[in-house]
Amino acid sequence: MTLSFQQILSRISFSVLAALIGICFALPLIWFLFAPFNARAELGLEIPSPFTLKNFFTVFENTFAMRGLLNSFIQSIGGVVLVGFAATLAAYALSRSDIPGKKSITYLLLLFSSVVSGSAAMVPIFLIVSKLGLIDTHVAVILVFAGGLLPTAMFILRDFIDGIPKSYEESAMVAGASSMQAFRDVALPVIRPGIVVVVVWAFVNIWGSFLIPFILLRSDELMPASVAIYSFYSEAGTPIVTLLAAYALIYSFPVISLYLFVNWKFGFRFFGGIKA
Amino acid sequence: MASISFQNVTKSFGDFNAVSNASFEINDGEFICLLGPSGCGKTTSLRMIAGLETPTSGRIYIGDKDVTGLHPRDRKISMVFQDYALYPHMNISQNISYPLKVRGENEATRGERAQEVADVLKIGHLLDRLPAQISGGQQQRTSLARALVNPSQVYLFDEPLSNLDAKLRLEARGFLHHLQHSMGMTSVYVTHDQAEAMALATRVAVMDQGRIVQFATPMEIYRKPATTFVANFVGNPPMNLLPVEAMVEDNSLKVKADGLEVVALPMHKSFAEAVAINPNITLGVRPEHLRATAEEENVVRGKLFANENMGAEKLVTIERPDAARFTARIFTDDDIILSEDVALGFSSQHISLFDADGNRLALDNE
Ligand SMILES: Nc1ncnc2c1ncn2[C@@H]1O[C@H](COP(=O)(O)OP(=O)(O)O)[C@@H](O)[C@H]1O
Ligand SMILES: [Mg+2]
Repeated sequence: MTLSFQQILSRISFSVLAALIGICFALPLIWFLFAPFNARAELGLEIPSPFTLKNFFTVFENTFAMRGLLNSFIQSIGGVVLVGFAATLAAYALSRSDIPGKKSITYLLLLFSSVVSGSAAMVPIFLIVSKLGLIDTHVAVILVFAGGLLPTAMFILRDFIDGIPKSYEESAMVAGASSMQAFRDVALPVIRPGIVVVVVWAFVNIWGSFLIPFILLRSDELMPASVAIYSFYSEAGTPIVTLLAAYALIYSFPVISLYLFVNWKFGFRFFGGIKA
Repeated sequence: MASISFQNVTKSFGDFNAVSNASFEINDGEFICLLGPSGCGKTTSLRMIAGLETPTSGRIYIGDKDVTGLHPRDRKISMVFQDYALYPHMNISQNISYPLKVRGENEATRGERAQEVADVLKIGHLLDRLPAQISGGQQQRTSLARALVNPSQVYLFDEPLSNLDAKLRLEARGFLHHLQHSMGMTSVYVTHDQAEAMALATRVAVMDQGRIVQFATPMEIYRKPATTFVANFVGNPPMNLLPVEAMVEDNSLKVKADGLEVVALPMHKSFAEAVAINPNITLGVRPEHLRATAEEENVVRGKLFANENMGAEKLVTIERPDAARFTARIFTDDDIILSEDVALGFSSQHISLFDADGNRLALDNE
């Protein structure tokens, strides 16, 4: 195969361009992996020498930051359980029953939620939560997240369930199962990949959020990791790069491992299909 | 086993009637086929027997029990779904024995029964596989096994063979026929394939637009179709139909159409009445009752349109001047020479006549 001069030139320039773009994306990630193990990490990229775990030990000694990780877990798992449970039941009902106007219910909720969970609604949310006397509790954070994420979760799941033939449950009922048994034995296992997708999505959302817990919580003992990360800034507001990098790596670990676990166990299959 | 009774059953979706005022009785041990084109309400009727759809009005009985509003699980029925509805997360053994599981059988019994039924259906070696890991024919037999594993009063089938290729379908059809004969189970079988209905059923209910237009034995439906719709739907190729004009002459009925074909029939009093109201009737002749002839009476003439060799027989189609086509089924052994102009003759005892509304007119010999 012979290539003309122009073809060679265009291939070279394409490769160079692609490499440049790739580097732009890769650099921060490489820094993210190297800096935590470098005792003298700066904002510049540098291969750690000597390789050290000292940054991590210092971070582990910071009780506020460690407590923050635990709080993030409590809030995320609380929110995820609530969203997963409620969205599954609601989406199943919306998909399978013949309530008139069920389509518009979903869309209306979705529309409201995109308004409500935005920062524009922070003031009313704060007022409602304080009226309920829930300010500075995990429950407040969990409820607000669940409320904000539920409509989208329901929408995704309802679509997923719509793609699953009704004949599964029907054949179970003809075989002698009650509607409840048909749901538990047949529908739920088939819906599970969809629930997993929703759960991961909700977890990542809550785990990474800053604003809502920052506003709804007061005491240091309840702050999640996203807020606690500010304990690695000096009084003057400049980051302590070494500790920040180490903490950031720990902070991202649950999300990455969750993704890997789910991918290994279920695979991210949207075989119900999102029709949108 | 039990009988089934439909009493004035109507099912509407909005203001559309999927099933209109259907009434029929199915005897204990019968194999009934619901036959009709797609969308005529067969599946809806079946689902009402299963309890997956509730009639808008009318009552349904299984045995002497009114089951109209009963949950499917309380009806003691089995059903094979068109898409098989095998549970993707359960293996074949668990799929087959699911009806036993929900009825509280212990695991050992379930495994035993699943093995027994699977062996009969020749899928006994697949019990550990998942549904996605077996072929379409095997999936079909798995869904059949699941329907048979637990003794039921009524067995329901919704086009169970429609997803199989032609060869497997014939095999499965033969097996179902054998099963029905050896077990004598009350069955309702939905199909749009008239050959399947003819082969399997003790009686066939032909449906058209939500109505049952004829409910009779396969032979009766074939020989004496109640309407032009049935005549056209049953038989392959279907009955030849030709609009004709009828007149009463010398105490006998003459049927005329363009091109000078005349049929003389012994007079029947119901004819005179029907013909007096509207002389535009329809003549029907089955393809196998037509033969090449040199006679002058009871003859359809036309130009040779197609001559298809089917092996044991051939299908000869002629086109009349009015563009109506007639197909004859002629044994290949009858060595006939077909020229461009063909005359197909028939005997008057083999014809069907339908009035202007398409309803069968009874002949004297009926
Ligand atoms: N759940 C439903 N909602 C609205 N229309 C329906 C529903 N189920 C069936 N139909 C309509 O009723 C008619 C009969 O359907 P069906 O019994 O499935 O026909 P068949 O099985 O004979 O092909 C069809 O026109 C179909 O569109
Ligand atoms: Mg159907």
